[in-house]
Amino acid sequence: MNKLPPLALHVAVLLCVAFASAYASASVAGGGEPRLERQRELVRLVRQDCGSCHGLSLAGGLGPALLPAAVAEKPVELLVGTIMDGRPGTAMPGWSRFVSAPEAEWVVRQLIAGFPQDGGGQ
Amino acid sequence: MTIRLPRLSLPQLCAVALATLLLAACSSTPAPRGTGDLGLVIERASGQVAVVETTGRSRLATVQGLGDLSHAHVTYSRDGRYGYVFGRDGGLTKVDLLLGRIDRRVVQAGNSIGGSISQDGRLVVAQNYDPGGIRVFDADTLEPLSEVPAEYAPGFRSKVVGLADLPGQRFAYALFEAGEIWVTDLSDPRQPRTQRYPAGRQPYDALVTPDGRHFIAGLFGEDGLALLDLWHPEQGVRKILSGYGRGEQPLPVYKMPHLRGWAVAGDYAWLPAIGRHEVLVVDTRDWREVARVPVHSQPVFVMARPDGRQVWVNFAFPDNGKLQVIDTESRSVVETLEPGRAVLHMEFTPRGEAVWVSARDDDKVVVYDTETRRPLAELPAAKPSGIFFTSRAARTGF
Repeated sequence: MNKLPPLALHVAVLLCVAFASAYASASVAGGGEPRLERQRELVRLVRQDCGSCHGLSLAGGLGPALLPAAVAEKPVELLVGTIMDGRPGTAMPGWSRFVSAPEAEWVVRQLIAGFPQDGGGQ
Repeated sequence: MTIRLPRLSLPQLCAVALATLLLAACSSTPAPRGTGDLGLVIERASGQVAVVETTGRSRLATVQGLGDLSHAHVTYSRDGRYGYVFGRDGGLTKVDLLLGRIDRRVVQAGNSIGGSISQDGRLVVAQNYDPGGIRVFDADTLEPLSEVPAEYAPGFRSKVVGLADLPGQRFAYALFEAGEIWVTDLSDPRQPRTQRYPAGRQPYDALVTPDGRHFIAGLFGEDGLALLDLWHPEQGVRKILSGYGRGEQPLPVYKMPHLRGWAVAGDYAWLPAIGRHEVLVVDTRDWREVARVPVHSQPVFVMARPDGRQVWVNFAFPDNGKLQVIDTESRSVVETLEPGRAVLHMEFTPRGEAVWVSARDDDKVVVYDTETRRPLAELPAAKPSGIFFTSRAARTGF
């Protein structure tokens, strides 16, 4: 696991505190990263179920590609918002029923870095 | 003790050697078999397909090297020997089911969603998201013959969905961004002729009725479906089941439904309601809604058993662990099954006594008796998705 720079860690901790009340069952650990078990679930969710529209390899389908080159140029908050609330007028639904905002942000950061394969998670 | 060999002349020796070789060759050649009970199961995560047979319910072979099969479709040669597998990454692979190996393979686009075969079996057509359009291939050699870019306005190309073969070497398909239905005539496969019809907002998939007459596109962007009568295309597209949501807010759609000719059972078509926990029933004689059947969740595949007496339904994430069976006479759910986690697809045997169901997250295919709804067999499979039997070879729109 990569060490986060102090500022990012600070922001992540703040985010965690902010969302802790909204997500009583939040599985995000103190360090701003979901627990390993949850990471695996998120990787599977993205690869398999987001993959219905974005492709298992995330190279795109009915939905756009989610490869690093495609997502890196967009603001992280916009991408987190899209995951949580969907994009009205498009086929993208909101996924807030299934992921918390910190989890969505973790997913976005993984997408930017190059998303892990299913069955891995670490 | 020594064995005395008879003395043979050179020609005699050659004859003996040849006979021995022929015998050896014969003994290693399996008995000829038909293709009517064969099929392919997509193993999506490992880029391979299983060749299966539905009589003994077994896997005959595994064929590897088909690329990204996260969304895959198979159409069959008219003799059922070859399956044309269209992969997400634009790969088009001609799989020989009898020999259990790849016959030919081309990568024909950047992002593909499926394909179809012409009435005479000579042309294979791929439908692509990127670059948006259709491409035409020789079914024997996979040599590219022509293409129709889905350029609906200068510089704008649309994703193509719902490709269906029609009688007379024609193909119908819908354009997601353009909101149109196109019909392309490939009587001259190198000179496609295309007619365009406005259809409605965001068609996501389509079907042609088993008689090849009516092409129906499901619309994501509005309540209703677009119907084109191919006997009278000059009349244009007509909306059916308009406002089936009656102004209610649709639920978020986590997986798009799939449409094919399996929707038709007798005089009725059974269609998934998008963003709703309902199956819509429409009379194909006047295209009016006659009923809606409440189901477990949002339907993905709504498939009539070949005799039309039952309709089987699977569901979108996160409710994709269940299957429901609708009795078409009473128009009610008579059975709820739990075959495994992430039920992605199902396929009836040619005459419908059994149905094969893929449970992706449990790495298995479950075979049910459709009458008793009891499991008959389970086959291990790696992340199985689509199941395609060769009986599709004889059906228009598959």
